[in-house]
Amino acid sequence: MNAPATAAPITAQAFKSDYKPIWCPGCGDYSVLSSFTKAFAKLDLRPENVAVVSGIGCSSRIPAYTNCYGFHGVHGRSLAAASGLKLARPDLTVVVASGDGDGYSIGGNHFLHACRRNVDLTYVVMDNHVYGMTKGQPSPTTEPDWDSKLSPGGTGLRTFHPLVIALAAGANFVARAYSGDPNGTADIIADAIRTPGFSFVEILSPCVTFRPEQREWKRLARPAPVTTTDDAARAARRIMTDDGFNIGVLYKGGRKPYQAPIDEGKNSPSDLEAEFAI
Amino acid sequence: MSTKKSAGKSGKQSTKPGMKPGMKKAKVAAPKKTTAAKRTAAKAVATALPVAKVAARAKAKTAPVARAATKAKAAPVVSASEFMAHAYAMEAEAAERYAEFADSMELHNNREVAELFRKLSRIEQRHADQILEQMGWKQSPVSSANVRWEGAEGPETADSTELHYLMQPYHALQIALHNEKRARDFFAHLAKTTENAGARKGALEMEQDEAEHVRLIEEWLKRTPVPDSNWETDQDPPVLSD
Repeated sequence: MNAPATAAPITAQAFKSDYKPIWCPGCGDYSVLSSFTKAFAKLDLRPENVAVVSGIGCSSRIPAYTNCYGFHGVHGRSLAAASGLKLARPDLTVVVASGDGDGYSIGGNHFLHACRRNVDLTYVVMDNHVYGMTKGQPSPTTEPDWDSKLSPGGTGLRTFHPLVIALAAGANFVARAYSGDPNGTADIIADAIRTPGFSFVEILSPCVTFRPEQREWKRLARPAPVTTTDDAARAARRIMTDDGFNIGVLYKGGRKPYQAPIDEGKNSPSDLEAEFAI
Repeated sequence: MSTKKSAGKSGKQSTKPGMKPGMKKAKVAAPKKTTAAKRTAAKAVATALPVAKVAARAKAKTAPVARAATKAKAAPVVSASEFMAHAYAMEAEAAERYAEFADSMELHNNREVAELFRKLSRIEQRHADQILEQMGWKQSPVSSANVRWEGAEGPETADSTELHYLMQPYHALQIALHNEKRARDFFAHLAKTTENAGARKGALEMEQDEAEHVRLIEEWLKRTPVPDSNWETDQDPPVLSD
């Protein structure tokens, strides 16, 4: 008998759908999409074993552009949907795509509790410090003095600090990436997927339409001058004192992921139906 | 669960008319720790060009490419075969990026520039295929995802933030010229510094190829109309907030 043929290594292209992205020319999200597909290929995943879940916003269009299971969900509720999916189908690799408005404002509460629950998800937030899809309103990460017609003189509000909040809330993996380095970002996403528990990857992804000055991020982003730590307090200190452009895996812990309790014999549809019987 | 969903309808995309591809930029201030300082520095770079820069800005409107020189260099190459694998990765990455640009321009109804980027992508892909043929490879022994450059991307890969939805063929060719020059300089540097004779020979050949591409694009540019100074003006701007 012949030995079974070994499956050929999968390519990043295999994870791209036939839909062409409709992001603005120059948007950082193009590169993030490329990093997603490269990371999946790097891990030799198969499309039928991956699900990309999102909320609403420019970044949340990614499920349409990836060739795998996908769910383009409700604004800010991507983590709720993804948690349910992962608990019901622990065999799937579940990656969640979001933006700073979707993830930190509308979905802020879900963000905190997803970190706390530590379900085995990878949460990728494309942060451009603005609501792009709705034409340029300030988001939770917008600088307090960003002056625009929709926020004359700036909001004056303190910015949200997602990485530290993720750490404090219990995320097991915290990283910052930059869309201008798609291969490096792919490595970080792959590392996040490999690490059990809730992995949070914030990607600086410029919005060249409403924040054209973010083109300069390519000159500011650089590898973090420190190695990954498993000490959350040390990681928090580092993140709180850097300038927001240190790229890399900033924290990797060893917390056990949350898994749904196994309840043998009570998972069939008829068992569930019986529980609802009046 | 279904395996795919609709991408939705493509609406008109908004790109702020104001930041042109390759707009000449002032030097960036050293990163500051405060958010406000950081933002102010970035804003100054992008929007508040001093009076002395007005001439440069006017020039930038018609001759946009003023990118910083890329320092991308390959990881140390130890053999001719490894060199060619890196060269392949470089060409393939450049081809892929131009194809993405073409898709983006097509979607924004800029057909002329889309076609030009498509052509550039085909040229780069042909170059990549020639490397495979020359080496007798069916595929590169090194996955492009695993190739690391000294910069974030390969020396011939176009900067993805350089696009503008109203850009013209002249701008696209400026981008291509910039990348071909970077590639030429990259191979020239490699030819000078590598200690492997086979790699040096390959690098010299590639340098000549890229120099020829530079010459062709310069010729192409001469035949291409220079855009008006107000090329980025949109009579029906999609952006409402500014």
